[in-house]
Amino acid sequence: METGAEALVELRGVSKHFGEGETRVDALRDVDLDLHAGEVVGLLGPSGSGKSTLLNLIGCIVEPSSGWMRLDGELVYAGRWLRTDLRRLRLEKLGFIFQFHNLLPFLTALENVAVVLDLARQRASQAEARARELLEYLQVGHRAAAYPAKLSGGEAQRVAIARALANRPRIILADEPTAALDSQRAGVVMDLLRSVAVEQGAAVVVVTHDEKIFGRLDRLHHLRDGRLDGGGAV
Amino acid sequence: MNLASRDIRHNLGRFLLTCVGLSLLLGIVLSMIGIFRGLEFDALALARAPGADLWVVESGTRGPFAEASRVPGDTREAVARIRGVVAAGSVTYQAIEARHRDARLRLYAVGFEPGRPGGPSRVVAGRPLTRSHFELLADRATGLALGERLSLGRNVYTVVGLVEGQLASGGDPVVYLDLRDAQQLQFELEGAAARNQAERGAADAQKDTVNAVLARVAPGVPAARVAVEVTRWKHLVALTQGEQEDLLTRSVVEKARRQIGLFTVLLLIVSTVIIALILYTLTLDKLREIATLKLIGAPDRTIVGLIAQQALAMGAIGFGVGALLISSLKDHFPRRVILLPEDGLLLAVVVLIVCLLASSLGVRLALKVDPATALGG
Repeated sequence: METGAEALVELRGVSKHFGEGETRVDALRDVDLDLHAGEVVGLLGPSGSGKSTLLNLIGCIVEPSSGWMRLDGELVYAGRWLRTDLRRLRLEKLGFIFQFHNLLPFLTALENVAVVLDLARQRASQAEARARELLEYLQVGHRAAAYPAKLSGGEAQRVAIARALANRPRIILADEPTAALDSQRAGVVMDLLRSVAVEQGAAVVVVTHDEKIFGRLDRLHHLRDGRLDGGGAV
Repeated sequence: MNLASRDIRHNLGRFLLTCVGLSLLLGIVLSMIGIFRGLEFDALALARAPGADLWVVESGTRGPFAEASRVPGDTREAVARIRGVVAAGSVTYQAIEARHRDARLRLYAVGFEPGRPGGPSRVVAGRPLTRSHFELLADRATGLALGERLSLGRNVYTVVGLVEGQLASGGDPVVYLDLRDAQQLQFELEGAAARNQAERGAADAQKDTVNAVLARVAPGVPAARVAVEVTRWKHLVALTQGEQEDLLTRSVVEKARRQIGLFTVLLLIVSTVIIALILYTLTLDKLREIATLKLIGAPDRTIVGLIAQQALAMGAIGFGVGALLISSLKDHFPRRVILLPEDGLLLAVVVLIVCLLASSLGVRLALKVDPATALGG
């Protein structure tokens, strides 16, 4: 889909293989992908098709084997990583939402959100104010002092989303964000990601098997044997 | 935001339990060092009490503590006549065992001449020896009270004064007797043995023998120079106070120092292994959280800090509680335990280094964690 908006993720000819010779596995083959500001794009595919590898690749967790990759206008990979501080890049530009929320059990809901801002060296008072604002926005402000073990599945997922959004990332990568939620809460989460994409001018990539959210995606790409299709409107 | 303190707060029970275990170990390490210091103090206390500058002993010996030494009783007059000597006194030293309140009491008897070098530096209760027979001064550690009577050899002695901090290197408390009483106690044979000697026609053993003669020299006179004068008598040798203390430290306390040092090192190694295993286990429990932290952009120093700060907190609390424990229990030990601030400080530094070393295993594991593991189901 050509939106005319700025491309936040550009992948060209990106491949990834693991092992060599007889043990070589091609996880991704010659992938081209553009994601624009304001878009919510789905990735669909059977187990082992390369969805997680693609997500890890955009998240700069896994190094591509070939091709090039530009994130938020910055060329970060072209045959080799062009930045050494990839964690800093993730902290500044990327937000992650996990299937099982992955909140830090020893931090309260508020601290789980504020920790990202703390890592970005924001002042504690500012970090706390921003974390509270996000929790209130996601309707879990009243659970700010609760530890993850005391939160319901839906509350924990909303806190995780608040954490992913805390640093106002331009690219949000969500791995099965609604898998643990009922259809009503799944709808709320997808609406929220949509509004973030629009209001913050972010691109959202959602790996999903959840058919009930397909209707809330701008595009849905299918991955089969490491190959990504051109994507189509849902 | 300090992640280590929040993680500790979250697992407070387990953390405190670990600290308690560690504090017991470190308390034992500290008590070992304290016992050694006590041993050293006790060994030197007896040699320092008379305030002597010179120890005149039997030639060819390193007496009277490291080796047995016997010199004739009139040596004192000869030493007192040497130029530069202002006072001289004869002394005897002997380990004895007495019955006291239906229990055996091990004592270290020091015979001295009141008014001459060899007696205690201070009497803390009662009075010094004033009569020439059957009085004694006892260290408080003997448990003897003023006015109490104690049977030694063939005679009964009355406790007329108490002293403090006077223990032999073996830990036995000291009693001070008049020299004549001490010589009788040391050299006089028990009745049957004396009769047997007489029947055999054996000569009466020389009783006017002492173990050493202590001398004080005039201010400005080098003790070493007087020692050289003494060695002109071939049957005598003189040690300065410094040489006597060196001798005591090296010969009497050296093996104890090595033994205790070895135990201390072993305990520190055990502590290191325990801390390392605990931190490794704690890190294993947190692999997913560490992966998440890496994924959201936490730098390595944050991850290292999470583990190393916990190790340091564990060491600091363990050491603090251990030191507190031993400080409050040290007076109940059968032997003197001396906790010196510099020893405590040194051990604290060693413990912190040990904690950092121990945390390296957990840190290594944490740094190897792949952030991608946070994405898995």
